[in-house]
Amino acid sequence: MAKKGEIVAGVLAPHPPHLVYAENPDQNEPTAECGWETLRWGYERLRKSLSEIDYDVLIVHSPHWRTQVGTHFLGVEKFKSLSVDPIFPNLFRFHYDLTVDVNLAQGIHDEAKGAGLVTEMMTNPDFRVDYGTIVSCHMTNPDWDKPLVGISSNGGARYFNMDVLGATMLKLGEATRKAVEASGKRAVLLASNSLSHRHFTTESEVVEDMSKEHINNHNQYLWDMRMIEMMRSGKGQQVLDVMTDFTEQATAETDGGSLTWLLSALGVPDYPATLHGYGTVIGTGNAVMEWRPGQEARA
Amino acid sequence: MSKQLREDVVRKGYVLPGLPHLLLAADQNPGWQKVRQAFQKVREDLESSDIDVIVVYSTFWPSVIGHQIQAREEPEWVHVDDQFHALGSIPYKMEIDSEFARELDRSCKDRKLHSRLIDYEGFPIDTGSVVVQQLINKDNRWPMVIVSSNVYADRAETVVYGKAVRDALEKQGKKAAAIVVSSLSNRMHTTHVDPKDDHFSSKKDHEWNLKYLEFLKEGRLEDVSQLSRQFHREARVPKVTAFKPFWWLSAVMGQNNLYAGEVYEYQPVMGTGAAVIGLTPANKAARDLEFDEDDPEAFAGERGVLGSNEDMSDSSGSDNPFSGANI
Repeated sequence: MAKKGEIVAGVLAPHPPHLVYAENPDQNEPTAECGWETLRWGYERLRKSLSEIDYDVLIVHSPHWRTQVGTHFLGVEKFKSLSVDPIFPNLFRFHYDLTVDVNLAQGIHDEAKGAGLVTEMMTNPDFRVDYGTIVSCHMTNPDWDKPLVGISSNGGARYFNMDVLGATMLKLGEATRKAVEASGKRAVLLASNSLSHRHFTTESEVVEDMSKEHINNHNQYLWDMRMIEMMRSGKGQQVLDVMTDFTEQATAETDGGSLTWLLSALGVPDYPATLHGYGTVIGTGNAVMEWRPGQEARA
Repeated sequence: MSKQLREDVVRKGYVLPGLPHLLLAADQNPGWQKVRQAFQKVREDLESSDIDVIVVYSTFWPSVIGHQIQAREEPEWVHVDDQFHALGSIPYKMEIDSEFARELDRSCKDRKLHSRLIDYEGFPIDTGSVVVQQLINKDNRWPMVIVSSNVYADRAETVVYGKAVRDALEKQGKKAAAIVVSSLSNRMHTTHVDPKDDHFSSKKDHEWNLKYLEFLKEGRLEDVSQLSRQFHREARVPKVTAFKPFWWLSAVMGQNNLYAGEVYEYQPVMGTGAAVIGLTPANKAARDLEFDEDDPEAFAGERGVLGSNEDMSDSSGSDNPFSGANI
């Protein structure tokens, strides 16, 4: 009998391109002096934590690959190109070379389709992978030595409402878990989203000038802290219960469904998540958090 | 077009849809084919004009940090749409009037807008701009400038943005066609629909589209601009804060109803209202209504969010950080 696969970790892994910019990896053209250390150190702690476990694949759900007709999956084994952030091209021009676990992507696609979701495999080799996927994967695994599965986010929150999208993402999460189990693989899941998401609309002359960085507004901060505390307390169901209010009142990037998908795939955790770091990026609130099924939080 | 035409720096205005079906799959639906053929009429219309530059405002290109202006001289790439990737790839090469882009950037700053030039290899030019360029200007007969649509901008900022375009044209003595790339109603199908079965997502959307088309056919551009908030509520999926393209277009073209309007085609594309509309400056206004929206000359909205309250005080000495927002 084949070994049963499992989700070995789930991560809230936000994707501001500023983080990669400030890391100064060889792949990124612009260079920075410093910046957003609390978040980058958070990702450093995450990487150390993940280094303690063996895993085969990263599965990332990205708000920056937005599709209106269902959920799409990267379906080409190799992608190599230049990703230029359409919003922050001054910070992120990243040369990527990545591998996709197409078999697992197809498996999740098929499970989701079987559950009644609208799905599609993306098989165009000229396709450019979105920067949300790239940033979350790079910050989690800068060696790029693991294949990934890329999942689009659906625009249902705007077309219908957050509750409709949430119901869809709960199904997608369950489908993801079943497909991972059937694959025999050990997967780390990444929900690639910020928490509160109201940006500043101007940029300081030195972008990494941290004297200019702070949360956009107090309401956002209160909501971010409330959500983090619930996640740190193992209140996964409560997080889902308030997801619509949070999304609307904090202009949260959870409108892409990534966090709902992650919590569903983890079986709606009643155990604490580890907070590796929180920080703001151009006014938005971002937390790096890790759930380790079967283990207690370690911070 | 019976109205006597008038000369203006903006020789033509167009509203054009930007979904890739029109370029890559028009043969799959007779309505899509008609819309594509209407693009050919736009091309012929442009050929009969004496324009120097095409200025494109694309609702497919959102920005957050102010207003972005494409300035790279010859951007070239193979574009694939995020969603409709199965339709195929679009190789393109554009010619950008970078000199005009720089003038526009200065004009934006003169009107207190936050703007910046985009000049990076591989920058992801949006689907709508690529589709329009391929359908009306594939041979780069006219240089283009493409500008973004800021997700947070409301009417005042967008109107000032349009006026900045007009400033730049006048400064450089250039004649332009102004194009907004946008659907009317934007509610797409959310399931796979066979192309031959395409239809408007909602009858209400269709009715609002028809009302807008009726106005535009009469040349009532400023009227539809003033109705943008209502249209946003009635016929748009609220992906962004407001329905902005007609604010921009009307401001670029002079904020009036003095146009000869022509609706070249109107069909559903993936459930959205895809209309090809042309506006030519004319001497006789269709209507002369009393508009109730403000007419700002410079943007004075929230600007100091990165600084202290002290930084945000206005020249009058008020220390209310939002005092500058009174436009």
